Amino acid sequence: MTSTLEPRRKRSTVVRPGDRIFSGLSTGAGILILVVLAGVAAFLTIEGIPGILADPDEVKSGQSFLPYVWPLVYGTLIAATIALLISVPVAIGVALFISHYSPRKLGQVLGYLIDLLAAVPSVVYGLWGIGFLAPKMAPIYEWLDAHAGFIPFFAGPASATGRTILTASIVLAVMILPIMTAICREIFLQTPRLHEEAALALGATRWEMARMAIFPYARSGIVSAAMLGLGRALGETLAVAMVLSVSAGTVTANLISSTNPSTIAANIALSFGEASGKTVNALIASGLVLFVITFLVNFAARAIVDRRKEFSGAN
Amino acid sequence: MTTLTSQTPGSPKDHGPVDVHRELYGAQLPSWGPKAVLGGAVVVAALLYVVADVNLMLAALVVFALSLLLPAWSAAVEGRRKATDRLVTVLVTSSFVLAMFPLFSILYTVVDKGTKVLGVDFFTFSMRNVVGEGGGIYHALVGTLLITGAAAVISVPIGLFTAIYLVEYSEGNRLSRWIRFLVDVMTGIPSIVAGLFAYALFVLFFGEGVRMGIGGSVALSVLMIPVVVRSTEEMLKLVPNELREASYALGVPKWRTVSKVVLPTALAGIVTGITLAVARVIGETAPLLIIAGATDSVNFNLFDGRMASLPVFAYASQRNPGVPPEFSIDRAWGAALTLLLIVMLLNLIARLVSYFFSPKGER
Repeated sequence: MTSTLEPRRKRSTVVRPGDRIFSGLSTGAGILILVVLAGVAAFLTIEGIPGILADPDEVKSGQSFLPYVWPLVYGTLIAATIALLISVPVAIGVALFISHYSPRKLGQVLGYLIDLLAAVPSVVYGLWGIGFLAPKMAPIYEWLDAHAGFIPFFAGPASATGRTILTASIVLAVMILPIMTAICREIFLQTPRLHEEAALALGATRWEMARMAIFPYARSGIVSAAMLGLGRALGETLAVAMVLSVSAGTVTANLISSTNPSTIAANIALSFGEASGKTVNALIASGLVLFVITFLVNFAARAIVDRRKEFSGAN
Repeated sequence: MTTLTSQTPGSPKDHGPVDVHRELYGAQLPSWGPKAVLGGAVVVAALLYVVADVNLMLAALVVFALSLLLPAWSAAVEGRRKATDRLVTVLVTSSFVLAMFPLFSILYTVVDKGTKVLGVDFFTFSMRNVVGEGGGIYHALVGTLLITGAAAVISVPIGLFTAIYLVEYSEGNRLSRWIRFLVDVMTGIPSIVAGLFAYALFVLFFGEGVRMGIGGSVALSVLMIPVVVRSTEEMLKLVPNELREASYALGVPKWRTVSKVVLPTALAGIVTGITLAVARVIGETAPLLIIAGATDSVNFNLFDGRMASLPVFAYASQRNPGVPPEFSIDRAWGAALTLLLIVMLLNLIARLVSYFFSPKGER
């Protein structure tokens, strides 16, 4: 008995060196990714803390860290929020058009066109924003100032160049459109066919079908798509840095004037080149703030997507 | 049968198919209705564009406003529910057209303004000692290719092996779930934060004010690895389990099964994913601005000093154009066009690879 079992057991426990190396390499690579992510947080903290603790007269701005970073956080949030407000309805509309309104064969090509928007480098968006969009927006801002100036958002005086936070937000809205469209489209397409057909069979029009079958199914997906878009908009650097005409330390609700709050990312890009000493540390610390904000937003978004995956049965 | 005839007195021949249709579906717009409204709107807008000289944006607005006549007409004939449906159709379609607007505007603007400077000189000269007209993007082109190439060399093995771990070795344990989740989160790291990370890392070794091409590669790797992992993982999952089992049945060890059976089967998809990842990071500006810096000279050494790159060149030329500014801004557009062409080319290559080399039956 034992003699017949013995070789079999031996055989099953044979581990070839190739196997060991290969599985070691793969596991190591996986762990390395966790290390890199931890490293991003760790190195930013190490280099950032001197900036947070720096005396006001040690840094270029002449302010301690909190009053320095607050207007930047404000600018970041407001630009990203406006971008989101513009982009979400359009993204849902485009995704719905591609998934349910356009002819099926055309849908893939149209989706590819939208993906092309994602392929455009951010510096090109920046050039487009400053060279095309801003001059086109300037007369609109003047009109808004003259006719809707009583609303605090449009209190003017209108920027003559059009390089305002609203223009920057529009550019951001275009930039985050592809990712949100892609996710919404994916989820709309996963709607159970039977739900849709049941709605149609009960006499629903196409819109009623979308409202009763698609949207309830896709709600959490839409929320997480919006949050991923928000994460992108918060972290986008160059387009904002190029388009926005900035005055340091501004906190204002006015969207169309030429004095605008900067965003964290744009501020780093604009000041890093000439910075030295503790100023660099302060910039890195503001980067850490940005990292924490985007990490939380992305974390929440992915958690929603993952939770949804478990009970939808779609994947 | 009998109830039907009793409901419709008179000879059935008076009621053509149209009436039966009407009874089943209610009043409807003619099938040419939507097309006619849209066509009419376009014609009116085109006339305004040609005759009254309104600009393109206003003309598009006119088309949109006129196509709202369709739901109004529908409300008069078909009732509220169908009118709402038609209104939403108009809105959804116009949101797509609205999204196409910036795409074509960007392509048109970049091509229009960028082609002015394109020429042999533009690609073979650097900016060294150039003031005003002339000069080119040779140094930036070299820098972009070197930095992105090094980034690919760093991230492809890591990404590939991580994907192999996730699909072949992890068996869904807790570590793999965390890796998968954090890789997803990592795709959302702002590019400038990746640049700051590389700077904070290199500053520890090389002292303050460090600028190095390889730092740019490290920063780009942080952005590229998650993309490579996700796309490779999807591709490995597509490889049928039967292939693995057949290989095991022949006594092939696991690592040879992975390297000789699984990877070759998924190769086309993996190459596509890597190409798209390269296309994504090649246009990144912010991290290179931080850690690779800008220079006017050609630099072939990744480990020594500042290195120009296309996106940073475009940004810097626009930002600090010097006097007179036109030439520098023209060069910025030229660099942007070159960059856009490279990215589009990479995208095209990726699609072609996945179309021609993916296993038959998956096209």
